[in-house]
Amino acid sequence: MFKKLLATVATLALALTFGIQAASAGGNDRLMKVLERGKIVIGVKADYKPWGFRDSSGKLVGMEIDMARDVADALGVELELVPVQSSNRMQFVQQGKIDMMIATMSDKADRRKVVGIVDPNYYTSGTNVLASKKAGLKKWEDLKGKPVCGKQGAFYNKGVSQKYGAKIVAFVGNAEAKQALKDGRCVAWVYDDSSIMADLASGDWDDYEMPMVTEDDTPWGLAVPVEERDKLFGRFMAGMTYEWHSSGRLIELEKKWGIQPTAYLSDMHERMKAYAPK
Amino acid sequence: MEAFYEWFRQLYESTGWNLVFMYDEYERDRLLAAVWVTIKLSLNCLIFSLIVGVVGAWAQGAKSAIVRNGVYWYIQAFRNTPPLVQILFFYFVIGNLLPTYDAGGYREQYIGAFGWAVVSLSFFAGAFNVEIFRSGIEAVPTATVEAAEALGYSRLKAYIYIVMPLAFRVSLPALNNNLVNLVKTTTLAYVIAVPEMMYTANQMWSDNVNVPEMMIVLFIYYVGLVAILVYFMHRWERSMKIPGYGG
Repeated sequence: MFKKLLATVATLALALTFGIQAASAGGNDRLMKVLERGKIVIGVKADYKPWGFRDSSGKLVGMEIDMARDVADALGVELELVPVQSSNRMQFVQQGKIDMMIATMSDKADRRKVVGIVDPNYYTSGTNVLASKKAGLKKWEDLKGKPVCGKQGAFYNKGVSQKYGAKIVAFVGNAEAKQALKDGRCVAWVYDDSSIMADLASGDWDDYEMPMVTEDDTPWGLAVPVEERDKLFGRFMAGMTYEWHSSGRLIELEKKWGIQPTAYLSDMHERMKAYAPK
Repeated sequence: MEAFYEWFRQLYESTGWNLVFMYDEYERDRLLAAVWVTIKLSLNCLIFSLIVGVVGAWAQGAKSAIVRNGVYWYIQAFRNTPPLVQILFFYFVIGNLLPTYDAGGYREQYIGAFGWAVVSLSFFAGAFNVEIFRSGIEAVPTATVEAAEALGYSRLKAYIYIVMPLAFRVSLPALNNNLVNLVKTTTLAYVIAVPEMMYTANQMWSDNVNVPEMMIVLFIYYVGLVAILVYFMHRWERSMKIPGYGG
């Protein structure tokens, strides 16, 4: 019986070694797996209207979902969307739970060490607050000592709290933070100016305003696994982003989702417009 | 002291192990505050849930059917729903129904996030405690209770002087279990932004991208906190041991 056990273990070990050798694909493992599987798993936001949110039937829709669909079509694979949060989107890419993410993430140097953010960037936004008109806030310094709702994982929470002395009360999701703002548990909600503008335009927030000067304008980055940023996967996504800008697809999506047109996108389109030979 | 902290910055630069709360003063203050908030939260919840348990167990034997039914439905409500749902319900729903006062541009509630966390978790653990004490009370022989009645003890006095001391010893192991669970369940307060360990660690790893380090710190902290609680509960158990009645 022991001899049989030894034989099985030996065969398994041999099979595994061959298996591992076959799997190494020159550093393009994740992309190769995607193509083999015929399916790409992309992480997107589910609570950031209108980049990634749920419509009334519960389906994930939005500008970034359309971009994800473009990626899947270009690769010729099926698309699977996974909702992510600011506090776990990078970890999901690292662990392999998602193959890449397009999730309204600001491009920061320390994030580039963890996930492979590709150049060029595809959007931009700065930090601002959604405050009740009654509070009469005019400048950032007015937030000193006041409770300000935020979202767990946003990079500007620490900055606002250290620079202006605001007391950040961070919730897990945007819905909880906005509800707390409506309930009066804080005087303002600190978030991206693009999202705040979308909220103000929706008409549900008529008693609120965006009074501050937008700070820290930081472009957004989509990310692939960090080991494949300078290999096929990263180069492919860089190509996708270049194509999105140069063909005007992002401006078209911006209009489709009712986002206020930004100078950033028209600038990028001008810079990257293709030469059309006659 | 500065040199001690600076060593951790060197550690980060050379090995990549980012214990940011050691070398950064802002993060250090945040983490120390969180350590105390968690201890305060745990202590408050422990004490109030014990009170709820003792009172509830007495109310279970009350003459009035309304009181008995009330306790029964209270246990059903708080035992059968997830504690996370309870915390969110108390904070967002019940908190809204209570009066507020104007604090300059926003309305401040009288009971903040910490208060609601204590209320919600005390009721949650209290429901389990009522049943735990009931198991102890039922272990007291009926003959003893009848003897107390014969000696002229009222139901309340008999409960305080005779039944509860005997019942307590029997329910201590199960109570230990529940209190340890309660200390760990206090991490749920992070969803209503109570600045305790889980919330602060989450903020720190989002700001500094050092998830594994913060997770290990969190793990060590809770193991340590629970170890202290278990040590004291074991000493209590040993002091109540009676030869011939269990190990």
